[in-house]
Amino acid sequence: MNVNPHITLDAPKASPAGGPVKLRARDVNVFYGDKQALFDVSLDVPERAVTALIGPSGCGKSTFLRCINRMNDTIPGARVSGRIELDGEDVNDRSLDPVLLRARVGMVFQKPNPFPKSIFENVAYGPRIHGLASSKSEIEGIVETSLKRAGLWNEVADRLHQPGTGLSGGQQQRLVIARAIAVNPEVILMDEPCSALDPIATAKVEELMDELKQEYCIVIVTHSMAQAARVSQKTAFFHLGKLVETGPTDEIFTNPRDSRTQDYITGRFG
Amino acid sequence: MHEHIVKSFEDELNTLTAECARMGGLAEAQVADSIQAVVKRDQGLASSLVERDEQLDQLQQDIERKAIRLIALRQPMANDLRRTVAAMKIAGELERTGDLAKNIAKRTLVIVESEPMTPLTRSLERLGKLVLTRLKAVLDAYTRSDLERALAVWSQDDEVDEHYNSLFRELLTYMMGDPRTITACAHMLFVAKNLERIGDHATNIAEMVSYEITGEEMGQARPKTDALKA
Amino acid sequence: MTDAALPKAGVDPAVRRSALEARLKTRRAQEMRFRWYGRAAILVALSFLAILLGRIGLQGYSTFVDYRMSVPVYVDPARVNAGDITGANYDLMVAQAVLAKLGEQDDEFGRTSGKVMALVSNDLGFQVLDKVRADPGLIGKTITVTGPVRADAALYYKGEIERGTVEADRKLDDQQLAWLDKLRAQGMVSSGFNIGFLTKSDSTEPEQAGVLGAVVGSALMLLVTATLAVPIGMLAAVYLEEFAPKNRWTDLIEVNINNLAAVPSIVYGLLGLAVFINWLAVPRSSPLVGGLVLALMALPTVIIATRSALKAVPPSIREAALGVGASKTQTVFHHVLPLAMPGVMTGAILSLAHALGETAPLLMIGMVSFVPGVPGGFTESATVLPVQVFIWENASERAFHERTAAAIIVLLVFMIVMNLAAILLRRKFERRW
Repeated sequence: MNVNPHITLDAPKASPAGGPVKLRARDVNVFYGDKQALFDVSLDVPERAVTALIGPSGCGKSTFLRCINRMNDTIPGARVSGRIELDGEDVNDRSLDPVLLRARVGMVFQKPNPFPKSIFENVAYGPRIHGLASSKSEIEGIVETSLKRAGLWNEVADRLHQPGTGLSGGQQQRLVIARAIAVNPEVILMDEPCSALDPIATAKVEELMDELKQEYCIVIVTHSMAQAARVSQKTAFFHLGKLVETGPTDEIFTNPRDSRTQDYITGRFG
Repeated sequence: MHEHIVKSFEDELNTLTAECARMGGLAEAQVADSIQAVVKRDQGLASSLVERDEQLDQLQQDIERKAIRLIALRQPMANDLRRTVAAMKIAGELERTGDLAKNIAKRTLVIVESEPMTPLTRSLERLGKLVLTRLKAVLDAYTRSDLERALAVWSQDDEVDEHYNSLFRELLTYMMGDPRTITACAHMLFVAKNLERIGDHATNIAEMVSYEITGEEMGQARPKTDALKA
Repeated sequence: MTDAALPKAGVDPAVRRSALEARLKTRRAQEMRFRWYGRAAILVALSFLAILLGRIGLQGYSTFVDYRMSVPVYVDPARVNAGDITGANYDLMVAQAVLAKLGEQDDEFGRTSGKVMALVSNDLGFQVLDKVRADPGLIGKTITVTGPVRADAALYYKGEIERGTVEADRKLDDQQLAWLDKLRAQGMVSSGFNIGFLTKSDSTEPEQAGVLGAVVGSALMLLVTATLAVPIGMLAAVYLEEFAPKNRWTDLIEVNINNLAAVPSIVYGLLGLAVFINWLAVPRSSPLVGGLVLALMALPTVIIATRSALKAVPPSIREAALGVGASKTQTVFHHVLPLAMPGVMTGAILSLAHALGETAPLLMIGMVSFVPGVPGGFTESATVLPVQVFIWENASERAFHERTAAAIIVLLVFMIVMNLAAILLRRKFERRW
C-alpha cells in the first residue's frame, strides 16, 4: 500500500533516446560484386543522439555506415539496394548529388587523415568549396568556431599555419572532426574513431561526442563494447550482415533479448 | 550457451556463484540449528552457532570483494553483470539471515532458563520448518538457476505470514494467561519475528534469482498479509 | 587452447646446443659470402663506370685546351681593292705575315704560303675581312689578329703528332713541324681554355668546331618535347588512374601503354618520317619534328611514372576529401595531384633526360645533316648533341676524335644538370603525409 503519495512505486519505462528519427533505413542490401555484405537491414537513427553499431569483424557495420553518405560509390562493383532516408529524402536517389549529400553527412575515419596542409587550410577547405563563406574574415570565423567546437582551439590557436600532420594522433582526430563540422553537417558518421588513439585522447573524443550529440545526429561504429556502452544512447548489433538487435543502450547491455547479442557482448562468441 | 572465450573470466564467475551457494548452505545450516536449539532447548548447540556466525560474515565480505574485483577488472555485461550483482546482494541477504539465526540462538540461551512451553514450542517448530523449507527451496533455485522454483517461493510469502500471525496471537494469549511467562514469551516473540524475517529474506533472494535469470525487475508488490490489519 | 603446455620432445640439451651452434655458423658464413658477392658486384659496376668515364675524360679533356696564334697582318693595299673588299685573298695575307715572322720567303707558286696556310686557321682570314669591312681605313695598315692554329698543328702541340713517325704517314711534314716549333719559340703561340668549343657551332674545320649549335638544338627540341609530353602524359595518366572506369578497355589501354614504352626508339623515327615529315610536311631536321617524335617516345614513360605516383598517394587522402564533400575533380586536383607531384616531376624529368640522349629516331628524321650555325627557331634545321657526337665520330680528321669525347662530356654534364634539377624539384615539392 502506498502511504506516501509523493513517492511513486513504479519507475516509468525509459523514453527512447534523442529526438525524432533523422535517418531511416529500410531493407538495405549491399553487394560487393557477387558477395552480399548486408541483408535487409532496417534501422531508425534518432536525431540529437549517438547511435552505436557494434558487431564482430566483417559483420557489415562499416558497410552500412558508408551507405549513409554513399562512400560505397567509390568502391567499384558495389551495389546498394533499399531506401535510406535522410529527413525523408532517399540518399540513393539519382537526382541527389553525392557531393551535396556528403556536406550534410560528414565522416570521420579510423585513422586520422588530415590533409597535408596547414591546420587552417584543413578546416577552411570544406566551407570554401561549398561556398559557405564569402570573405576571408568569414572563413576565419568558421575555422575558429569549428576548432572551438572540436575542443582544439586552445591547443592550436597560435599555430594555425603549421601542417595538420604535425599534431598528435588525438589532436589530428579532433582536427578531422572540426573539418567535418565546418561544413555544417546534420549527421556525423564515425568509423572506429578512437581505435588508433591512446586512452586520454579517446576520452577527449568521447567527451566531444557527448557535447556534439546535443546538436548533431551521430552514428559511430566501434569495436569496443565498453565505448559503445559509454557514449551511445542507442545500440544496434550486427552479425554476418544482418541487423540482429537494436535498442536503448542500457537495455542492450544489461538485458539483451537475442542470445547472439548476449554472447557477443559477454565475450562468449565461439 | 557458449562458454566465455577467456577461460579465467568463466572461472571467476563460477567461483563467485559457488561461494555464494556455499554461503547459502552455511546459512541454511545455521537456521536449521537455531530452530533445533530452540525446540530441543540445547544450549551447547546455541553457543556454537553464535561462534560460527563469524564465518558467515567473513564469507559475505569475501564475496563482496570478489564481486567488486570482477566488475572492475572484467566489466561484465548483460547476464554476467546481473549474476555478479545478484551474488553480491544474495550474500548480503544471507549474512542478515545468519545474524537472525544468531539472534535466535542468543534468545534460546535465555528461554532455556524458564519452564518449557510445549504447545508454543510446537508452533514455533512448525513456523521454523516452513521457513527452512522456503530457504532451502530458494537456495536450490539459485544454484540450479530454476526460475519456476524461485517464483514459487516468491509467491508463497503469505504462508509464513499466516503462521506468524497465529503464533503471535497464541503468544499473546499465553502471556495474558500467565504473567510469569511474559519474559520467556517475549523472547519467543522475537524468535518468531526473526523467523518471519528469515522468510522475508528468502523472498528477497527469490526476487534476485528471478532478476538474474530474466533481467526484469519484479514490478508488483509481493503478496503480503499484514498482521496489523487482522 | 595452445600447445605451450605440452612437454618438449626429449633431446639431449647438449646435442641440441651444438647442432644449433653449427647451424648458426653456417648461416653466418652464408651471410658473409653474400655480402662479399654484393661488394664484388658493386665493384664491377663502379669499375665499368670508371673505365667509361675515364676513357672519355682522357680522350676529351685536351679539347678544352687550344693553341692560338697572334699574327700582325699587313693589309696590303695591292691585294685589296677598296671597291671589292670581300674578294681579296685574306688567307694569303695572313700566310705572308706568318712567313714574314718565320723569316721565310714565298716561292713563285705560292707553295710555301700554301704550306703555312695549313698551319693557321682560316678564321684569321675571316677576322681580317670583318675588320677591314667594318673599317676600310685599315687598308694599308697592320692589324693584329688572334685565332686558333689549324687542327693538325694543335695536335702536334698537344703531342698527338710525333716527329718519330714516318713523314709520309703524317699530316704535317718536317718543315711544317720545324716552323711550328719556331713560331712557338718566338712566343707567337699561346694556349688557353678553348671557350670556342662551347660558344661556336659545328664547322668543317675541327679547330673551329663547337657544340653550341647542338646544345641550342637539343634545348629547343627538349622544349618541344616537354611542352607536349608532360601535360598530355600527366592528364592522360590522371584520367586513366582516377576517372576511367575499370573495365577491359582500360586494361587494354594500360597494357598497350606499357608496351609502347618498350618499343625500340628507331620505330618512332620511322613513324616521324612517315607521318610528320611526309604527310604533315613538318620541316625536316627541325627541332619541331624532333621534338614531336621524342614527345611520342617520352609519352608512355611519363604516363607510367605519373600513374605510379598517383597510385602511391594513400587512399585515406581521397576518402578524406570525398568525405568533406569534394567532387572527384576537386579531390584529384586539390589533393591527390599535389601530393603526387614529386613523383610526377621526377618521372617527367627523367624521361626528358632519356629523350635528350636519343639518337636513332633523330637519324631517321634527318637530323644527321651538317648544320653550321645556331638554329634560330623551331622550324629551322638543327642538330642535337648525340647526333653531333655521331657525326664527329664518323669524320675523318683526327682532331674530331677528341672533340667527340668532349661533346660526350658536355652531353653528360647536361644530363647531370637535368637529374640534379629533378632531385631539387622533388625536394622542393615533397611533403610528408
